[in-house]
Amino acid sequence: MKSEHTVLAAEALLQDSPATTPRVPHAVLQGVTRKFGKAGSVFHALGPIDLTLYQGEFFSVVGPSGCGKSTLLDTLSGLASPSDGTVQFENREVKGVPDGVGVVFQEDASFPWLNVRDNISFTLRMRGMEGAEIKRRVDYALAFMGLKDFATAYPAQLSGGMRQRVCIARTLVQQPRLILLDEPFGALDQQTRLLMGDELLRLWRETGATVLLITHALDEAAMLSDRVGVMSSRPGLFIDIVETGWPRDRDSRVVSTPRFGEVNARLWERLRVESLKVMGASHG
Amino acid sequence: MAEASSAHTAASPARRSAHQLDGLVRIAVVIVLIGLVELLCRSGLIQPTTMIAPSAMARHAWEILREGKFDKDIAISLANIGAATVLAVILGFICGLLLHALPGLRSAIEPLLASYYAVPTFIFYPVFIVLFGVGSAPIIAIAVLLAIVTMITATLNGLDRIPRALHKTARVLRLTPWQSAVLVKLPAALPYLFTGVKLVVAYAFIGVIASEFILSGSGIGYAIGYAYNNFENNDMYALMFLVLASVTLVNLLLNALDRRLQARLRR
Repeated sequence: MKSEHTVLAAEALLQDSPATTPRVPHAVLQGVTRKFGKAGSVFHALGPIDLTLYQGEFFSVVGPSGCGKSTLLDTLSGLASPSDGTVQFENREVKGVPDGVGVVFQEDASFPWLNVRDNISFTLRMRGMEGAEIKRRVDYALAFMGLKDFATAYPAQLSGGMRQRVCIARTLVQQPRLILLDEPFGALDQQTRLLMGDELLRLWRETGATVLLITHALDEAAMLSDRVGVMSSRPGLFIDIVETGWPRDRDSRVVSTPRFGEVNARLWERLRVESLKVMGASHG
Repeated sequence: MAEASSAHTAASPARRSAHQLDGLVRIAVVIVLIGLVELLCRSGLIQPTTMIAPSAMARHAWEILREGKFDKDIAISLANIGAATVLAVILGFICGLLLHALPGLRSAIEPLLASYYAVPTFIFYPVFIVLFGVGSAPIIAIAVLLAIVTMITATLNGLDRIPRALHKTARVLRLTPWQSAVLVKLPAALPYLFTGVKLVVAYAFIGVIASEFILSGSGIGYAIGYAYNNFENNDMYALMFLVLASVTLVNLLLNALDRRLQARLRR
């Protein structure tokens, strides 16, 4: 049972800081589709998708399994090209991974042969950045992600959550303006996910970056996001975009508010039908 | 940071002691077998004309090393083994890279690789004599031929097993193809490549020593054959003992390196 104090604190949080999401387009997808295979056996995975991510917003994508969420992220990041349509980032067409985009994957992508500090500084060293600046950025990222005491540890010595922090820190030091997260907490337990969610919000606030989070966890999407896009079963389309109305200065305490329940319920209402379609297809 | 305290997890003590127990059992089995042969030799059940006792082998081996009787042969064999190892590792790695980059060629070649060890490589020795003449070159060629496929297979295996997330990460970090190959793919595949190197060393020993029996006028293999033909049991068994000791030592070193590598690179 929630304590009255917690609910009041969370509601005060909502009232004190009204949402002020700037509406400057940052990344724009227009008529984007992804199809695989050759004529005669075309697999239509995604789209057509029209989506605008606004500067500094936190946008999450939820959808049934196999609906093309990760394909959407690959297309937006430039890891894959759209079959039709265009992807723009900062008013430039995306061809290959653009400068200013950072991606964190669900799978452990830390480099096991490098210690935590070297993992985090890897890209900066590749870019020939000056040593003092590398140290400054890495020290900040280590402190920010709670990895200070583990700077000389190797990934094999860390838990799954800690390795994911290393990957996030490696993205953070590049100071990306658009951060794409593909189910980064998917392999973590519920408590760790909640805590990581708070850290993600802190990172988002401090960097001012635009964040797109792919997740299968409705509560995670509802808690973290300014807007949540609900995708249909394959081929993935946006069937609803839910504005949460959270203030920028929020944390996991929003789960105690009635609004959280409303957002979650709406997401599930839309997603339930799509998930049943997928289950029906797999059973049929 | 609740999870931070649970981090820094080294190998569990239970697992470590199980490994130690395995090692002790292994050593005990070897000691018992050697002891048994020693007993059979000393009791006269095995005649000295057939086999000398392991302790005598060790003593003679030490004398051979001290007197330098076979120094030249030992040096030639070790040089051949070294050359064969280096060539097989480099050529095997390059072939593996090429096959990995050309999936069409790979699917055509892979069945041949799988059945490669059904071919008795030594039948090619007349061809190598014709090609390279008498000396170290045909011996090294046979050893390379014997060892190279294991390195090709290890390279393919290593490259196949690089996690997809690392491939994607290399692209997201906007590395050049060269940076991606050297700084991400190579270290990620290293544990598998090292397994290949270990096998290459073993095959290089086999290829060189066996070839020296039939192809050469020098080397440890030749010296063992010569001693056998002249009923010099002490020399023959001492040299065999030296080969076994060298292989064991090299394997111990490589295994220790491998364990360190695997511990660091495991995901």
